[in-house]
Amino acid sequence: MERTETRPNGSTHTISLLVENKPGVLHRIAGLFTRRGYNIASLTVGPTERDEYSRMTIVVRLSSKPVEQVVRQLQKLVPVVEVRELVPQDLVERELMLVKIRTPERNHAELRALAETYEAIIVDVSPDALVVEAAGPAGKLDALEERLAAFGIQEVCRSGRIALERGFKTLAPPNLK
Amino acid sequence: MAKERLTGAQAVVRALELEGVDWLFGMPGGTILPIYDALYASKKLKHVLIRHEQVGGHAAEGYAHATGKVGVCMGTSGPGSTNLVTPIADAYMDSVPLVAITANVSRALIGTDAFQEADITSITMPVTKHNYLVTDAADIPRVMKEAFYLARTGRPGPVHVDIPKDVLQAQMDWEGYPDAVHIPGYMPPLREEPRLADAAALIRSSLRPVLYLGGGIRTGDAFAEVFEFVELVGAPAVTTVHGKGTFPETHRQCLRMFGMHGSKFANYTIQNADLIVALGARFDDRVTGKLSTFAPEAKIVHLDVDPAEISKLVTATVPLVGDLKTLLPKLTAEVRRVFEARGRPDLSAWWKRVDEWREKNPLRIKQEGEVQILPQTAVRRIWEKAQGRNPIVTTGVGEHQMWAAQFWEVSKPREFITSGGLGTMGVCLPFAIGAQLGRPDATVIGIDGDGSFQMTLQDLATAVDHKLPIKIFILNNLFLGMVRQWQELFYEERFSETPLSDCPDLVKLADAYGCLGLRARTLEELDGVIDQALANDKGPTIVDIRVKRDEKVYPMVPAGAPLNDMIDGD
Repeated sequence: MERTETRPNGSTHTISLLVENKPGVLHRIAGLFTRRGYNIASLTVGPTERDEYSRMTIVVRLSSKPVEQVVRQLQKLVPVVEVRELVPQDLVERELMLVKIRTPERNHAELRALAETYEAIIVDVSPDALVVEAAGPAGKLDALEERLAAFGIQEVCRSGRIALERGFKTLAPPNLK
Repeated sequence: MAKERLTGAQAVVRALELEGVDWLFGMPGGTILPIYDALYASKKLKHVLIRHEQVGGHAAEGYAHATGKVGVCMGTSGPGSTNLVTPIADAYMDSVPLVAITANVSRALIGTDAFQEADITSITMPVTKHNYLVTDAADIPRVMKEAFYLARTGRPGPVHVDIPKDVLQAQMDWEGYPDAVHIPGYMPPLREEPRLADAAALIRSSLRPVLYLGGGIRTGDAFAEVFEFVELVGAPAVTTVHGKGTFPETHRQCLRMFGMHGSKFANYTIQNADLIVALGARFDDRVTGKLSTFAPEAKIVHLDVDPAEISKLVTATVPLVGDLKTLLPKLTAEVRRVFEARGRPDLSAWWKRVDEWREKNPLRIKQEGEVQILPQTAVRRIWEKAQGRNPIVTTGVGEHQMWAAQFWEVSKPREFITSGGLGTMGVCLPFAIGAQLGRPDATVIGIDGDGSFQMTLQDLATAVDHKLPIKIFILNNLFLGMVRQWQELFYEERFSETPLSDCPDLVKLADAYGCLGLRARTLEELDGVIDQALANDKGPTIVDIRVKRDEKVYPMVPAGAPLNDMIDGD
């Protein structure tokens, strides 16, 4: 796993997949990325409006291979119903982040003010530590994380990106039951 | 239809019968016993008891290649299933329609490291088109239907079905075999119309076109369609090793195989082309040489059933995604229309150059003045004597395979069966077994190497059991020859672990298995043993042909070199 903001070479792409909700699907997809040499920056999977299908959002970092190649290889997997790259100007993306900060109580007020600026909330407080929860596009979370570093970050947990296309378009093909 | 109570194993056997399977290849074991018990009662299925599951898998591939039908192999849990991994991977690389059925330990034992347990679906996942772990006997009809459908449609390939023993023993309601499959994500309709007019315009305006014919023509069963297209366009055609036989190699337009051990004239032609029309081919490194120097001036029209092959290695100017058998005739019609409207392109200057290359750089056999049998001579003599006998040739992997590819001219489809993508040594005998069972009227000839043959020779017993009149010619140089060739050319003749001892005695071995064993050490003996082998229709024949030990395969493009940069050993 790597931070999405660091792109020493290559570019990141957000790929959205609708997959059959069957055992082993995650294994198939992760395996494809390994054997074809594609780097996963983040991967999320969860239920959808239909029980039979799950939705995955994969952020992939590519140095030489075109993203179309990744999309076509994914489409070949039998349980993958639909797969598409979501282009940045046409998507709503969110990520959830929890940050545990170890800092004396006297700093808590300053931290709360900082969190507020980023629409983040404090979800756990103990005398010398607290947990900040923030949601938003990856860039915003990166910025918050950078600001929080000054207070002494103990742990960071990020969910990876989820995304939907803007407008009325959906990923599911029209023939899907 | 009235419901019927069957066990899971009976349902598997019923599905195999309804799929029209005739031969299947396998070996029983503890967990797959329920299937073998159900098989005992089947009047339609004919089972070939192999001596090692790998051979069963390859024999099923040979059967599939020779007949165009889906090959079926079976193995028990644990080693019975891991032994099938090589043929499954081979079928994956060469797009061979194969259904592999394995049993696994009962569901309650899965994950406990039980006796003969292997997580085989995880193991075969990256080398199958799809695989299944069946956890409910009621799913068996649907899974079997899907397995056969996936194996043979689109880009064919291996499908693996793993069924725990208790699922095979469980009772289920058989409610008939499904008529159709419903797999929502499989082969989605294309978003764009194929750009046939663009492709035809490129063909019309090209002055140096080449047609690049691959194994997809065989898997797509598009031989007649390709023949019509090639003759209409009138351009030179080159083939891959799996493209052999997709267009007659005896045809004037055919320049034979190109690539690492292709003919010089084929390689020069493709390197100088201004247009390559690739049909069912995937620009493998063994045919392109160094990718950045491959056909530098050529535009590419790439027709393939697998969208993921388009622009994977070489960017297509005009991609055409679709089934060759239906899409190519549309391209042919479009080209014909353009030719009629604007006249045919004048390819005479191009053909003059191509013919000059062909004239000056023929594939040669330098037997003259040589006392020992050259392997190329052996291939050519067997080929000559096999003409008119409806021959199918199978090969192993190594130098002998390339000599066969160079000197065994194929004029009809499904007559040259080899392992191209995975390059699996040992496939010659199993391919021959499967091909002979699938095509009993053909004369099945194996061209094998001594190293390759020894990887699967135990299944001579299978060939003897079934009295298969296959003829395996072993070009015996007592070396792992292709590796030795690389050591001589690129590793300063340091022959590390490539000399093979003169063991076993192949004639005695044949005798031990109860089949005919022959040997030729001299040119004088060669014709006689070939005649004897071809005349023996009672069972297998093994022919030990002692060839010049250090003969090499030329021409050769060193790995990673440009395609026109060939060593020819002169």
